[in-house]
Amino acid sequence: MHGSGISIWFFIGVLLIIYGALILGYGIFELVTGQTANVILANLHAPLWWGALLLALGLFYGVRFRPGRNG
Amino acid sequence: MLGIAQDIASGFIPAFATKSVALGAPSLAHLSLLDLAVIAIYFVIVIWIGFHLKSMSNTSEEFFMAGREMTAWIAGLSFVSANLGSLELMGWAGSAYQYGILAAHWYWIGAIPAMLFLGMVMMPFYYVCKTHSVPGYLKLRYGQGSSTVAAVSFALMTVLMSGVNMFAMAEVMKIVLGWDLNFSIIVSSLAVAAYVALGGLRSAIFNEVLQFVLIWGGALLVPILGLIEAGGWNGFKARLAANIAKGVTANGDYTHMWRSMGHFADNPMGIHWTGIVFGLGFAISFGYWTTDFLVVQRVLAANSLRSARLAPVIGSFFKMAVPFIVILPGLLGLVVLQNADGSLMHLVGENVVAANPGAGLHSYNEVLPLMMVRYLGPGLLGLGITALIAGFMSGMAGNVSAFTAIFTYDIYQPHIVKNAPDEHYVLVGRIVTVLGVVISIGAAYAVMRAAGIMDYVQALFSFFISPLLGVVLLGMFWKRATKAGGFWGLLIGTLTSIGLWAWVKADPSALRYVAISPDAKDMAENMYRALWSVSTSVGVNVIVSLFTKPRPLSELAGVVYGATPLPKEEPVPFYKNEWFWTAIAIVIFLALNIYFW
Repeated sequence: MHGSGISIWFFIGVLLIIYGALILGYGIFELVTGQTANVILANLHAPLWWGALLLALGLFYGVRFRPGRNG
Repeated sequence: MLGIAQDIASGFIPAFATKSVALGAPSLAHLSLLDLAVIAIYFVIVIWIGFHLKSMSNTSEEFFMAGREMTAWIAGLSFVSANLGSLELMGWAGSAYQYGILAAHWYWIGAIPAMLFLGMVMMPFYYVCKTHSVPGYLKLRYGQGSSTVAAVSFALMTVLMSGVNMFAMAEVMKIVLGWDLNFSIIVSSLAVAAYVALGGLRSAIFNEVLQFVLIWGGALLVPILGLIEAGGWNGFKARLAANIAKGVTANGDYTHMWRSMGHFADNPMGIHWTGIVFGLGFAISFGYWTTDFLVVQRVLAANSLRSARLAPVIGSFFKMAVPFIVILPGLLGLVVLQNADGSLMHLVGENVVAANPGAGLHSYNEVLPLMMVRYLGPGLLGLGITALIAGFMSGMAGNVSAFTAIFTYDIYQPHIVKNAPDEHYVLVGRIVTVLGVVISIGAAYAVMRAAGIMDYVQALFSFFISPLLGVVLLGMFWKRATKAGGFWGLLIGTLTSIGLWAWVKADPSALRYVAISPDAKDMAENMYRALWSVSTSVGVNVIVSLFTKPRPLSELAGVVYGATPLPKEEPVPFYKNEWFWTAIAIVIFLALNIYFW
């Protein structure tokens, strides 16, 4: 699915970048302020590393399958 | 199912079902602004995809078959995603909580052999004859009669299932988030109608792939954090054993799949291994994965025969992994979910919840949302909820796009307007898409008024799948099968299924005859009924075919084994070869079953 249109992987990349940025941002806020959500294992700071993972995957797919780049 | 009577008779509810965390709360979860933003962004992306794909859906081949240019990965993920709806996720997580790892049978033996068989054995025939649908294949092989019977029944059931799905989503959103039923139905149906009418099958497939990523991104954290809390798999087993020893969890083998299958009475599902292997593993699973157009349509959209064969194989690896995000959270819920007072939470059947309003009880089906609420904070919870919404919406889109293709190609074109220009059929497709959504909304409200309809619709769907399997298999692999054999096999096989279902409905004790055991339970009925109906379908097809005149071999080229020259595929390195990955999938499938034996 390249060439004639935008690849589905690009859409996925964009979505993951936005989600990753939002969740990572919240994770940083939690870490900096110490105000953690009322959930179990909040001490593991899941939003921080899960958000970073989503952002990294999003950047990979967003750049790798950006419109106009065959691959 | 353990059932309400047994729940109450065993004293289960009063003993364990005390106040839950959400006692008195109108919904399980409360979303923050961040969560709402995550959900809203999903809708924006979905509509963006629909508008983007509109310009790529101008011909009927593009609109109904996605231009047949999907790569193996996209077709494979879409193929497995079409069966990864939120109802399945929540339902099977609930079943895992209730029955243990037995629920994984529906993901492993109930899917993998059939998926691999589709890719390696059946796909060449579907692909080489260039059919656009399963009824389309029946037309080429058996003629218009069988094709029309299959098309009409499939179209009707598909659009009704879409309505059931829509209602189920609205109800889940009400329970989990407290959203109004009408709001959920209207918003989801508008979004689905927009993106499928605009982009056709390509749009549905793109959204299924998107949903696949969202489900893993939104749900994978739950088992990871659950395992950390439980102390790993061994820690989970130790805590479960301790709970059973203390009597706070019902006695049973929750972590083995086969050792309690020797007799119907030995496991809580009331199933025997023959039912699992031949009923679920063959009659139901092969029927669904190889002849249900909803899933086969995704593979037919592949860009080459090799991609079409690889797609189900790729899908099989992810299907084998799904229990990690569905079954495992259900199992972990047995040891980690707690009431507000710190005691172990005990989930119950839907009927028990309904019979005890205000008691703060939660049903088995709520185990996945409960686990999400337990571990996922702002943003992550929104992602998990978005995954559920995406699952529902792509399920609806899958049903609607399959309905549109079947109606236009197999009902409208042969029976109503035969030789119209291509753009006419695309326009009809877009209109039928909207019409399909409207009928779905009607079905959703019908289910809302009479919940019993849902059971009937689901039962209706099961009537056609297994007999169709018998007809397709014989048609594909037996040159002697005739037009009359196919028609009567399909008809009598379907009537057998309906008859057995009605018999058990009218007289529940008849289950002992259908499932050949007095200890059989509800789930066993589905398996043995499917087995009887596929056997009848094959038997009738063989007998009628032997007494009727077969078509000349020259007319069967492209549709029957032995009369079809398969295209020679270019040699590729072993790591790109479909047979290599099939072998790997078989090894993993066997290893999983042996490990959890």
